[in-house]
Amino acid sequence: MSRETALNAVMVMGLFLVPLWALWADEPFIITLTTKAAILALAGVGLNIALGLGGLVSLGHAAFFGLGGYAMGILASHAQSYAPIMETPFLIEGTKSMPVIWVIAIITSGLAALAIGALSLRTTGVYFIMITLAFGQMLYFFSISWPAYGGEDGLSIYVRNGFPGLNTLDPIQFYAIVFVILMAVLVFAGRLAKSPFGLALNAARQSPERVETVGITSYKLRLIAFTISGMITGLAGALFADLNRFVSPTMFSWQTSGEIMVFIIIGGVGRLFGPVVGAVLFILLEHLLGGLSDYWHVYLGVLLLLIVLFARGGLIGTLAGKEISHD
Amino acid sequence: MSLILLAEQLLNGLQLGVMLFLMAAGLTLVFGVMGLINLAHGSLYMIGAFAAAAVAGVTGSFVLALAAALCAAAAAGALVEILIIRRLYHRDHLDQVLATFALILIFSEGTRWIFGSFPLFLNIPTYLSGPVTLPGGIQYPLYRLTLIAIGLAIAGGLFLLISRTRLGIQIRAGENDREMIAALGVDISKLYTIVFALGAALAGLAGALVGAIQSVQVGMGEPVLILAFVVIVIGGIGSIKGALIGAILVGLTDTMGGVLLPALFKTFMEPSTAASAGSALASMLIYILMACVLIIRPTGLFGAKA
Amino acid sequence: MTLKSLALAACLTATAGMGFADGHAKLKVGMITTLSGGGAGLGIDVRDGFMLAMKQAGDTGIEVVIEDDQRKPDIAVQLADKMIQSEKVDVLTGIIWSNLAMAVVPAATAQGKFYLSPNAGPSALAGKGCHPNYFNVAWQNDNLHEAAGAYANTADYKNSFILAPNYPAGKDALTGYKRQYSGALSGELFTKLGQTDYAAEIAQIRASGADSVFFFLPGGMGISFLKQYADSGIDLPVVGPAFSFDQGILQAVGPAALGVVNTSQWNKDIDNATNAAFVETFQAEYGRLPSLYASQGFDTANLLISAAAKADVGDADAFRAALKAADFASTRGDFAFGNNNHPIQNIYVREVIQEGDIFTNKIIGTALENHADVYAADCAN
Repeated sequence: MSRETALNAVMVMGLFLVPLWALWADEPFIITLTTKAAILALAGVGLNIALGLGGLVSLGHAAFFGLGGYAMGILASHAQSYAPIMETPFLIEGTKSMPVIWVIAIITSGLAALAIGALSLRTTGVYFIMITLAFGQMLYFFSISWPAYGGEDGLSIYVRNGFPGLNTLDPIQFYAIVFVILMAVLVFAGRLAKSPFGLALNAARQSPERVETVGITSYKLRLIAFTISGMITGLAGALFADLNRFVSPTMFSWQTSGEIMVFIIIGGVGRLFGPVVGAVLFILLEHLLGGLSDYWHVYLGVLLLLIVLFARGGLIGTLAGKEISHD
Repeated sequence: MSLILLAEQLLNGLQLGVMLFLMAAGLTLVFGVMGLINLAHGSLYMIGAFAAAAVAGVTGSFVLALAAALCAAAAAGALVEILIIRRLYHRDHLDQVLATFALILIFSEGTRWIFGSFPLFLNIPTYLSGPVTLPGGIQYPLYRLTLIAIGLAIAGGLFLLISRTRLGIQIRAGENDREMIAALGVDISKLYTIVFALGAALAGLAGALVGAIQSVQVGMGEPVLILAFVVIVIGGIGSIKGALIGAILVGLTDTMGGVLLPALFKTFMEPSTAASAGSALASMLIYILMACVLIIRPTGLFGAKA
Repeated sequence: MTLKSLALAACLTATAGMGFADGHAKLKVGMITTLSGGGAGLGIDVRDGFMLAMKQAGDTGIEVVIEDDQRKPDIAVQLADKMIQSEKVDVLTGIIWSNLAMAVVPAATAQGKFYLSPNAGPSALAGKGCHPNYFNVAWQNDNLHEAAGAYANTADYKNSFILAPNYPAGKDALTGYKRQYSGALSGELFTKLGQTDYAAEIAQIRASGADSVFFFLPGGMGISFLKQYADSGIDLPVVGPAFSFDQGILQAVGPAALGVVNTSQWNKDIDNATNAAFVETFQAEYGRLPSLYASQGFDTANLLISAAAKADVGDADAFRAALKAADFASTRGDFAFGNNNHPIQNIYVREVIQEGDIFTNKIIGTALENHADVYAADCAN
């Protein structure tokens, strides 16, 4: 077992045991906090498929995170008020069922990622960073000024959506759902990286010419990766909205995109567990530093700076050493 | 809409454009020469405004305030470049984004630590306040006209600097081939510090000039930063000419969109809904513009071919 | 991670001047407010006003836990969860912004907690969405704008130009103004949220033929607008709610604000003993003049103290009745709750003046007397 695998196992054990301990110690808030970290990690795992595997630095993933969130918010608010979303040409009603919401969140964000990706992938490098940012900002301003679903005030859902057989309002049961999804997606992402598709994508990142010569269109590869990436981040958005029982345009803001990216960089770009380590650490720092002083952002900034300057390859890179090179 | 109002709005768009240019010029130079994405550029804008407000508060002189803004931002820029930024040139964009994001946090909360949580006062000097009447009977604030003049003068100065001076030659050479100019004996790290400080000074100046008609507060740099990024991406990264044209394009689009779209929507909608829908679309307009430019020209209007 | 909350609680307990031998407070209140980032000034004022009242009351058996929401709804929700789940607070308070309140309040009251709002008053919580455990100690969001509309009538404005940011509170503001104002409108504009340059809007005002301007642009947006408006040479009268003229930002607007009329439920010259003492002690304690936010924080704390003295929070019905009685000395003078637990109060017209080097407000009239909000009728409390 390599050091990275051992580290990953420790993370999984931690995510499994800490909430159980919190349950035993009657500290429900720690469960809530772990849930938040796990959901943000999920968003990061999504972005990491585009970023780590595909080399696509998207500063617009808040768009998919927000779309997932609003898919939940809109469906649940209609179910809450018993007003159908639309009656003609056919009836669409709201729902409070998590699985249905997840499917719709995944489809919506996937379609958006397909459209945004198709246009954005014409550019590369910094231009790609900026065009994805532009699409994110469009949705952000649209969500603020569109009054139907609360605009800047956002949408409150008073009761968390349901999952057959579970009481989702109980922190540990909701966490169980999130944990299972995160693990499933991690397994999927791990398999994807080793699949022919993942290998081709990785090759396209390192040398697009080489891939083109064997007859693979790197544009297509990247578009598929970007879409899958958006779908996972959208699912995370729906879960995040359910955790807070609230959605607002903040989910669309460029700071959200930036934060998801920060998780990955802290943890280690392209590492399967990079976003998990990063999200956990970020939530921990936010929680611990927040009490130190009103000016805790300064400490957070200094810490982030030290991580970039001295922990090359993120924390996993520092702790587990260099990735085994495939070149 | 009357012709006079339209002309006035064009001036407003131009004024926003030249101020954006001051921000964008530094950003695009730093990217062009050093290949660095600097998210903390907005913080230098804020530092300029705060330095100007502090000095104006003590001395009462607007000119001294502007000088202070230039010096403070240039000094902060040089310091940050020497301590942190120069370690990032060889890193990938991701590390640069994270490090300069961390710098935003430090600068913003540090400024709040020093100056408190309330906005500061910085006003237009009396000799520049009030409106003047332009040909055609347009009443237009003298200060805004001054901003346009200063912005265009600096744009001209920058072109001369880049095309005529020794420093300019080094900058252009640096954009093309870093290793080569180092091999030719140019002190590359000094050149980088100078370019970074120059960009910082321009951002600081913009902060002070705009701070006099806006609110000098923590976080004032970030919205402008995003706009400046839009500008340099539309213009083509690394191109001063692109930055100028991009800035004016963004300034005009933003201003005219905000004015014309609600008016347009009113022709077929109820006024209150039209105002709301029109301004919703207007706030998205520059991002739509940017996306369109990049879809048609993936490296911006004047960017080098990828 | 409990270390920090413990330390914070301990330090706040010390400032609140209480010492229960068994370490158990009679009542625990959680304050979620904005203490870092751009909007921190408002949260700091609310907190300082609140803690001043706590300090003056001495040993009340109330323990306060304070957390910073960074003006982010998701952080606010997380803090509310933390306060309810792990701090086990009885009462929540502190939120500044309507969107954060909408994220936190319905869930908190649904879990049986009390919420006292020291600032935000979204209409959704005043009408059908009202809750017996939700008390607003500041105003319903529309109130100050309605007062501005009423003032416009008495000032005989016939043709107003009105503008606000394009978000729900901005729309409420224009609706509130129009509800009272009986003249015509020469223009109605929605600006971008966070916009800092108003040249285009000012040009439209100049061309519109208006006889007055009403604007709602809170925080930095208002500072920018007023400075640019003053420089434009347009001399139409301006009226707006107090949010752009509070003590915290007036110094940044400077002479541009002089003479501008604004509406507020509070001012430092309201003539009653509580208010005079509040203004004096606040200045002595923090070295600055209090703002309306500080007065709201102060009143919120005193309401809470009065209710805690009368009833045990464990008996929710009795505690609710004690809050509803509003039996405390408000800085605003008379203070009573309507059926939807929002204040029924006078809203004054103030004018910006200069006292020495300091820009501040003085009351020049009353816009609305014993004013309640229009949503109260929809509330089934």
